[in-house]
Parts: sequence; structure tokens; C-alpha cells
Amino acid sequence: MTAPGNVAGVQKLTGLFRKQIFIPIAALLVLIIFNLIADPSFFEITYAQNSAGEPVLSGYLITILDNASELAILAIGMTLVTAASGGQDISVGAAIAISGSVVLRVLCGDNPRPEEMQASILTAFLISCLVSMLFGAFNGTLVAYFNIQPMIATLILYTAGRSIAAWINNNRLPIISDPAFGYFGTFMPGIPVPTPIFIAIICMIITALVLKFTTLGLYTQAVGINPNSAKLNGINPSLIKFITYVIMGLCVAVAGFIKVTRFSTINYSVVALDIEMDAILAVALGGNALSGGKFSMASSILGAYVIQFLTTTLFKFNVSSSALPAYKAVVVIVLVVLSAPTVREKAGKVWRSIRSAKAGKEAA
Amino acid sequence: MQKDSVLEMRGISKSFYSVKALQNVDFTLREGEIHALMGENGAGKSTLIKVLTGVYQKDGGEVFLKGHEGPVSIKSPEEAQKAGISTVYQEITLCPNLTVAENMYIGRTSGVITKWREMNAGAAKMLESLGIPAKAEQQLGTCSIAVQQMVAIARAVDMECRVLILDEPTSSLDESEVAKLFRLMLDLKARGVGIIFVTHFLDQVYEVCDRITVLRDGKLVGEYAIENLPRVELVSKMLGKELNDLSEIKGSGDGVGSDEVIYEADRLSSVAAKSPFDFTIHKGEVNGFTGLLGSGRSECVRAIFGADKVTGGKVMMDGKPVHISHPRDAMKHGIGYLPEDRKRDGIIGDLSVRENIILALQVLEGFFGPISRAKAEKFADEYIKLLEIKTASTETPVKSLSGGNQQKVILARWLLTNPQYLILDEPTRGIDIGTKIEIQKLVLKLAGEGKSVTFISSEIDEMLRTCSRLVVMRDGKAVGELKGDELTQNKIMSTIAGGEK
Amino acid sequence: MGKVLNRKGRLVPMSDTNLLLTITIVVFFAMYLAAMLFIGRGFLKIQTLFNILNENAALIILSCGMSIVMITGGIDISVGKLTALICMSAAVNLDYHNGSVLTAILLSLAIGIAFGVVQGYLVAYLNIQPFIVTLAGMFFAKGMTTIVNSTQFNVQNEAFLALKNTRVYIPFLGSVNKLGKFVPAYVEIGVIVAIVTVILLFILLRWTRLGRSFYAVGGNSQSANMLGINVRRTRFAAHLLCGLLAGIGGFVYFLHVGSGAPSHATGAEMNAIASSIIGGTMLTGGVGNIVGTFFGVLSLSTIKNIVTLLGLDDAWWTNITVAVMICIFLVVQSIVLLRKRSRS
Repeated sequence: MTAPGNVAGVQKLTGLFRKQIFIPIAALLVLIIFNLIADPSFFEITYAQNSAGEPVLSGYLITILDNASELAILAIGMTLVTAASGGQDISVGAAIAISGSVVLRVLCGDNPRPEEMQASILTAFLISCLVSMLFGAFNGTLVAYFNIQPMIATLILYTAGRSIAAWINNNRLPIISDPAFGYFGTFMPGIPVPTPIFIAIICMIITALVLKFTTLGLYTQAVGINPNSAKLNGINPSLIKFITYVIMGLCVAVAGFIKVTRFSTINYSVVALDIEMDAILAVALGGNALSGGKFSMASSILGAYVIQFLTTTLFKFNVSSSALPAYKAVVVIVLVVLSAPTVREKAGKVWRSIRSAKAGKEAA
Repeated sequence: MQKDSVLEMRGISKSFYSVKALQNVDFTLREGEIHALMGENGAGKSTLIKVLTGVYQKDGGEVFLKGHEGPVSIKSPEEAQKAGISTVYQEITLCPNLTVAENMYIGRTSGVITKWREMNAGAAKMLESLGIPAKAEQQLGTCSIAVQQMVAIARAVDMECRVLILDEPTSSLDESEVAKLFRLMLDLKARGVGIIFVTHFLDQVYEVCDRITVLRDGKLVGEYAIENLPRVELVSKMLGKELNDLSEIKGSGDGVGSDEVIYEADRLSSVAAKSPFDFTIHKGEVNGFTGLLGSGRSECVRAIFGADKVTGGKVMMDGKPVHISHPRDAMKHGIGYLPEDRKRDGIIGDLSVRENIILALQVLEGFFGPISRAKAEKFADEYIKLLEIKTASTETPVKSLSGGNQQKVILARWLLTNPQYLILDEPTRGIDIGTKIEIQKLVLKLAGEGKSVTFISSEIDEMLRTCSRLVVMRDGKAVGELKGDELTQNKIMSTIAGGEK
Repeated sequence: MGKVLNRKGRLVPMSDTNLLLTITIVVFFAMYLAAMLFIGRGFLKIQTLFNILNENAALIILSCGMSIVMITGGIDISVGKLTALICMSAAVNLDYHNGSVLTAILLSLAIGIAFGVVQGYLVAYLNIQPFIVTLAGMFFAKGMTTIVNSTQFNVQNEAFLALKNTRVYIPFLGSVNKLGKFVPAYVEIGVIVAIVTVILLFILLRWTRLGRSFYAVGGNSQSANMLGINVRRTRFAAHLLCGLLAGIGGFVYFLHVGSGAPSHATGAEMNAIASSIIGGTMLTGGVGNIVGTFFGVLSLSTIKNIVTLLGLDDAWWTNITVAVMICIFLVVQSIVLLRKRSRS
């Protein structure tokens, strides 16, 4: 027999295990411990000079936080889309190409190598937001009003997106020479922390505020779990689904903006390639059901950082970028298998039987 | 094992996490008998059946089957079928994308090859002999729910089974279909099949059953021959207390109401309720819609609530014309609607009890006015206490509650919005007698407070106890309105059936 | 519309599967006929049709596997990269390890089956979402391809090249060239394999217990379980079959291109999904038909050919047209099915 206090402790512990955010936290801990053992210098942060000759922070941790920005922002939209419509948007990579292309088109006008920008960066960003939200609305219409499964509906934009992006700039590759444009994707003058980190944080704060001061969270979950009942309680399920896709469009615009400002140019066929897969993975790693319903935004965002942590770790160990997916796949499978309810249940049974055997021995 | 029994279950136990769903339950089924399995919701009937059919694995106890040496172990529905146990569940457990014939034969034919011609011929014969209005080649999803249920029964009957389990198969059937089913059951009984019959309808139990086993709180209360157990005793055994409340609930209010008209519809119609109808309800009145299943009573109230697309008609509330085309419009005008199918249209299963309770109020407060966590918890606690909802906490997912408690959560959801007019469509279906009475009392109490209520139920005596006025529906049209002295069982029946002929 | 006569001559509403299949076939023939009438040129030659088959034999086989998984309510997005892995492995086996055509075939099948077994086990027995499992499978195959060999190379093995260049002439069909000479029409070996696969799978899905179980599980897996179908085994079988077909399809692809490269079959999984949809398979499961998938592949590549022949010879345009076509098909399907629902 176990003492009552012990029982309560165990229950608390299993309660933590059952919490959704446990999965990405555990994954992150495993990665951190692995790096600590393999090479503690992974966590060093130093001052280095950037290309403009200014001192900036440098180190693997900074790289992770910087590079995960787009993914974290996309994870926000992907979580909402998944929760409300029970499916995923696979067009985000292609849509990023479009939004980036729009930014460049507005700034460059007809000249792919402009001496000075044709419009303010803010204007370009806002127009790209508008265009991305329109494409989001297109996906949303197919999903919400034509009842087409999300993956299939977004397959259309996935197929055509990069072509549309190229068409927007007449298949030319504009380059912006004004350094001010690059501030958003690299460093602001005088600030040693990469700007994308700030952009991601701003997005997260806005998301948190939206979730706190509107009923978006409750509505998306209700619609995702039982659209019939949501409708009979005065919610318009189609509208909610539609809205989540428009929000996804907004996230895409921000992520696309970061992408183009990193290099001040764009390559339509490779920009943000396969990022939709990582974004979906972030949602799944966060323990959210891909079939929709209940979601935890914090878990998804943490999931995005776990993925980037993994990628950076693999790069550090000299895994070539083309072979990287194989290793990533193994890690993903291990994580997903360990967090699968069936496996956890079985593990729990084994654990209990070991404990009871022990207890039996002690009693004897 | 006794000589004449086909199935014996001894000392069956089953727990889910820490809840003991079954404790040391015995059950015996004899050859050629119809055996009712009775108990309130959460008594363990469904669990016992799912253990028997291999959907759940038992924690303890033994199962014996005729023709098998020693205890048998049934690990899946597939194995149960092979052992001669066939089951019809309350929910349709068929595949809507397959044909009627396939649904009757899939999973139980031995060969690797599907013989369509033979299968269709066999199915057509079966459908005809049972009088089921469906074609063998038809896709199941295009049939009505009642027909689908009949197909499920046809499948089970055709399996040459020794044990047939009917788990509340009648809740979606109308009277003539129930009669057909009973003829079939008696026929099978004569052939020596043992039938386990689970139902909430007492009339049906006393019509066909030979024996009754009563469960309560996961424990066996006893097994009785039907002639030794009068109704009142059965009910008290199920509830575990003597109960005289059954006929005594009127008094807290008569539900007649005042002269003040709350809601008035003139030639209202929707895509589902095609023929236009007129309807009025007064302040403090409890009225009812009655009629057979499919008579259009649910469609009418759905049209009032704006749940289906409204196609015509005028609506006045408090004497002013209003426009209701969406549930939200109705809610804004103080109408609440508890839907007929709790699982499909009512609860939001994965959300917590708290979230389910505040949902409707939240929608009324609007997109930019979320109810704070503390306030929501206060509301939830208040109604959990008021309606005696049995739940571990406010954060428990509502899907893990029993049927009756889920229904109370939805009731709480609408009471929280403080509606002036509440529509309850089959609020007592599939829930135990104790909760039924609580809900009936609550309806009369609400009417006493000056709220108007529309109450729909398949059980006429329940309507008689609560309603002061009844609209009778037949084939999508209102065919009569009864009140006062006209409210008798006979009068209602004859109006439903179409006059005294 | 949407009704068929049954044996007794009574009208029975058409099943969703057959309704969507009919739409697909009608659209394909209408499209091809329109191309013959208004574009003429290549489309009047019978060989154009056979070339479409030659180009797409592998895609047909991959799409069949995809359809089966989709019918059971799942998805497999690993097949494209798996094809690339198989091509590379078979190529390396033939040229660097003195392999024969037989060992290359066996290797291809083994890789396909291995993927099928692992993915099937994870999906069916550990209940992990198919999208995630096959996403990992896709990543794994993508990475493994470059680990096996990171650059493109053409296979030199003579027995293989002989097989690759084998042409099967079609009796009586062909066209007359400019010199007035009769040129018989031909297909490659892969097309024969694809056609046989389609026929076998059609039989499997229509008349066998396993085939009907796929539909039942996709229609409603809980019900299927209650009806006595082993849902896990069925799901496992669907992924195994999809893996096996990816093995066959991978080798057929290899036979067509005769080289190994990490960039092979890029986007093939999306083409396979698109073909299945155009062919009337629904991602929600339970509805679909192999013959439809076959015509789905043909429709997809016909539209690509039309775009090319119209002079819009640009990869961008092809993508946009294909996207528009998927869009039109989806909207038509959803409207047809929605109307049918609302009527019943």
C-alpha cells in the first residue's frame, strides 16, 4: 500500500503528464540535455560583428530564436485553422512566395533593380497583408462554404502559388539595395538582437490579446468539435472557419515579409519551401489533434521552436542540409510514438505492474 | 452452466480509471426468452453489453456460452459475431457509404469474394419479409434513420445467432415499426433465440419481455420474472427508493399561463417544415407539440428558432413584428432551444462543463465580450448545484458525463441566458426516470415564474403531466389543438391517428 | 440525374462513388474530344494518347495506392519522395553493386513494402495520424535519397536499358506519317504494368472482402468495428498495399527515366492526390474508384498537354491551369454532393 500523500503526489505528476504542453516541453528538454552532454558550447552567446560592422549577439540559441520566427508565426494561424476546420493549410509556403513577391513588386515598381524604393515599406507590407488575406479568403471560401476538405482545397493554391508569385513580378528577380529594407530581416541599427525575434514576439502578444479579449478561442473550438451544436447556439460555423483562414493569410503575410527582408530578394521556387510541413508538425508536436477541436496555442508555438532547435542541432553536428530531413524524420517519429496515447497507456500499465510487483516484494 | 441457458455471465467487473462501472454482476439468458435489462443511465447496462460483445475488455469475471466448454473470452465484436452474439446498438452502427445489402452482409461472410448477386437477392428477400421500405442496392446514407435502424436489426436477425442484443433500438422507430420489431422478436423467441432487450420504455418491457434483470450503480439488484414485478416496484428497484412522485408533480404551477401573447407565428415555414403553420404561446404557458416520429413536430420548433432556413411567414413577439432567420436572432429575442439529438446538436463533447454552460450566454454577450474565467466558474458552479449535475468538476469534458447529466448541462446553458420562451425538444429521451421527473418539475417551475415553455416528448403521459395545451401534428401539418378536459390519453391518440374512426 | 436502374428495372439513387466516377469519365472524354476538335494537331494522332500513358504509367500506379489509402480515410504523402528513393537505390544497385534487373526490382519492392509496413503499423496499431506518419516518411525518404547518392546519374546497365527501350506495339492502331508510311502505335512496359495493376485493384476493391472493408472503414470506422471488421488490420493492409504500389510505381518510374536523382518525382504525391480527387475519391474516406483514379491521371496530364500545345509552354502556366482544374472539379463535386444530400 502507498501512503496517501504519495498517491496525491503521483496524481499530480500524472496530471502534468496529461497536460498538453508537456509534450513539447519534454521534447525541448531532451534536446537541451542532449546538447549539454554532447557539447555545452552550444549554449554560448557571444558578441560578433555583423556585415554592417556593428556588434550583435551571436550563438546557436540566437540562431534558433531568429530562424524559428516565421515558423512560430505560421504555427499561430495553422493552429486556428486546424482547430476550426479539422484540416491543415498546405499552401502557406506558396502563399509566402506570393506575399514576398507583392512586397517587392510594390517597392520596385517596374524596375527590378531600383535605385530607391517606389513606396514606403509600410505601404508594401500592408498591401501584401491585403493580398495574402484575399488568398486566405479564397481558401476559406472553399473550405467553409463549399465544404471541401482543407488539405484538398489548399492544394489548389499550393500548386499555383509559386507560379502566381513569379507572374506578379513578370518572372524577374527584383533586388532591393536600400539597407533600411534589410533591417526587418536582420538587425536594426544599434540593436544587437535579430529583428525577426521582435516581430515574432509582437505577433504572439497580439495573439494572446486577441484570445483574451475576444471569444475566438471558444468559437473555433466549438465549431471544430461540433459545428451543428455551435450553429444552434448562434455561432456561424462557416464564418468562423472563414475567419481562421483569413487570419492564416495575415500570418503568412508577416512571415513572408520576414523572409524577403532577410535577403532583400526572393527566389520563387525555393522560398519557404516545405515550411507548411514544419508548421503542421509544430501544431502536432504541440499535442493538438490534427482532426480539430481543442487546441493549445502556447504548445503549438513551443512546438515551432522545438523544430527549429532540432534543425539547428543537426546542422551543428554537420549533417548536410539535403540529408537533414532523414534525421528529422527519425526524431519526429520517436517523439510522436512516445506521445501517442496508445503507447502512453501501455507504458503506464507496464509502469504500474512494475510498481505493484515492487510493492508486493516489500510487503513480503 | 444451467441446462436451458444460452449465456451466463458470472461476477463481471469493469472499471474506467477509478470509476467502477460494473461490480460483480451476474446475468443469465435462457433459450427462447426475451430478457429486459433495466436500469437508470449509468447503471451499467451499456457497459455490460459492450463487455459481452468485446468492445470493452472485462477486468474480472467469466462468460459462458452454450456449446463452449468452460469460460469463453471475447476480445472483439468480430469474435462475438462468430460466437453467435449479434447486436443492434442505439446509435446506428452501419456504414452510410455502402449499400443496404452490403451493410447487412459485410464482416460476416466467410469467402474472400463478395457475391453481389447473391447478396442483393438475399437482402431484398429479407427487406421484403420485414417490410422495410428500402432497396438492396440503395446507398444506406440515403435512407431515413428509422430505416437504417431497421436494416441494422435485419442484419442482426439474419445472422443465425443464439443471442440477440437489442440496445435501445426503438428510440428512433415509430409505433408501427416497433410493432413489426416485436413480431420479429416473438418469432425469434419461438426459434429458441435468447434476446437481451434494453429500453427505457416501460410499456414495451411489459408487452414482450419474459424476465427482467435490474442493475443499479454498476451492481446487480436482482432478476425477476415479469409477472412477479409490477411496474411501480420495477421503477422503485431501478431508482433504489420508493417513489410516489410519478403522478404528483403538478401543483407547483399549472402551466396554463396568462392572456398575454409572447410569441406569435403566422404562416411560418422553413426548408424542413414545408407546410406553413400558425402558432401562439402565452406568458407562463407550457404547451406541447405531439405526433408520431417524423410528423414534423421538431421541424416546427426548429423553424421557430431559426435553425433551418426560414422560407416564409410573419413572426410577432410581444406584439411587435420581428425577423428570425438564424438561431442568433431567436436568442436575442429571448428564445432558447434544447435540441432533440443531444449528442449531434447539443453538447460540445470535448469542451468542459463550464464552457458548455456559458456558451449561449457568451454568444449573446458578443464576440468582443468574453465572460471572465471567474465569472464563468461562478455561473457553472451555480447551475451544477441548482440542477444537481453530477460531474467531477467544472473542467470535466462534458462528453464523459452520463446522458442525463449532459442534458442538464444543456438546460443550464439556456437557463443561464434567462429566456422568456424556452423550447425543449425531447428533453427526457434516453435519460433515467429520476432525472425525467426533475426536468418535468423544472418546466412547471419555470412556467410558474412567468416563462413560456414548449415541451416535446414521445411519451404522452409525460406531456399530459406538464402541458396545458397540445398541438397535434400529422404528416407535417398541425391537425388539432387540445386543451383543458380534452387532454386525455385517448383523445390525443385518436387525434394523432386521425379522428375517432 | 443521379439515378440508375437496378436489375428489376426500378430506379435506385446512384451511389456517391458511381456518381463521381461518371462525372470524371464524361469530363475526360469531353475534354479530349474538344482538344481534338479545336486544337487538332497532336491530339488527332493516337500515339499522343499512348504517350500520355507512357509518361504517366508510374503516376497511375502511385495514384492507385493513394486512392486506396484515401478510401480508408487516410492519406500518404510519402509516395513522391519514396519514388525518388527507389529510383536512386535501384540505380545504385544496378551500376555500383553489379545488380541485375531482378535484384533492382526486388529492392524496389522491398523498400516500398518496408515503408508500407512501418507506416501502416504506426497508423493502424499506434493510432498516430496518417498525415504526420507519412510526413515523417516523406522527410525520411527525402533525406535517405541523398544519403544513398547525392547526385543524378544515368544507368548504364545494358539489360536494364534493353528493358527500358522495349516498345510494345498495339495491333491495328497507329497513324500515317508525312511520307505516307504507317507508324504503329506503341506503349512502354510500364504501361502494361499499370493497366494490369488497375484491373487487379479494381477487382480487389469491387469483389473482395478486403476491398469492401476499405470502404467500410473509410465510411465509418467505429461502425465497421461493430460490424465485425478488423479495422486495424484493414488500415494496415491499406498502407501496406500503398507501399507495395509505391514500390512497383517507383520501379516503373525508374524504367521510364533510366536514372537516379534526388529531384525525381518531385510533387508526385500531390499529383497523385489531385488525380484521385479528379477521379472522384474523397479525402473524407469511403468514396472512390480505381477506374476513376485512372481517368483522373489521364485528365490531369491531358490538360497539361493542352496547355503546352496552346503555346503557353511555361511551367508556371501548367501549374496554374492544373490548379484551376482541381478547383473546378472540387467545386462541381461539392455542389453535386451537397444537392444530393439536401434532396434526400
